[in-house]
Amino acid sequence: MDIKICPEPFDPWQEIQAHQSSVADMAGKFGATSIFIGTMRDFNEGDNVQGMTLEHYPGMTEKQLEKIVAEAMRQWPVIDALVMHRVGDILPNEPIVLVAVWTSHRGDAFDASRYIMEALKSRAPFWKKELLKSQSERWLVKNTDGYL
Amino acid sequence: MSIKVRYFASLKESIGRSEDNLEIAGLATVGDVWRYANPNKVLPDNILAAVNMDYVEWDAAVNDGDEVAFFPPVTGG
Repeated sequence: MDIKICPEPFDPWQEIQAHQSSVADMAGKFGATSIFIGTMRDFNEGDNVQGMTLEHYPGMTEKQLEKIVAEAMRQWPVIDALVMHRVGDILPNEPIVLVAVWTSHRGDAFDASRYIMEALKSRAPFWKKELLKSQSERWLVKNTDGYL
Repeated sequence: MSIKVRYFASLKESIGRSEDNLEIAGLATVGDVWRYANPNKVLPDNILAAVNMDYVEWDAAVNDGDEVAFFPPVTGG
């Protein structure tokens, strides 16, 4: 399990490749990798958005993400998981979140990655503040519904 | 007892500070901590609470040295 809070932009594809290569005993064991990447849009609720600031609660964020991934690993036979999340100032088209899960079979990979992502959305202490093209700022009040 | 209180996001902005360091006896619950630290502030809807970085209900006990946090619903991901 690897959890990273990232104050700088990251390339999720390079991170997935690097993680997979770095875990030596994973080679030959996994048959499925499920990947979710959340990317910043330049529109929301009918407005043009030019940037975003992501605040978090250092310490609690890591603690909650570790609990969430541990819960997923208890429910499904997960070989490994990588969770990364941006904080700070973010621009449209930059990745915000990465959840990658390696398992033996596809069903467990889909289920575990969806569980981690939905739990992250409701429990990990991050808050988004949008900067609109009109130069006004607004805090997001709630997340869109997932499909749990 | 000594309690560190932290505020985040829109709540931090609306009350105008990010933390309080309380030295006070007689605070039994998370709700007591809010009322003592913010006596004239009506609690905004949906505010969440944590003690030592775990989510708790408002009647959860607080102890000397605890870090209590208040914040709005989370919007990451």
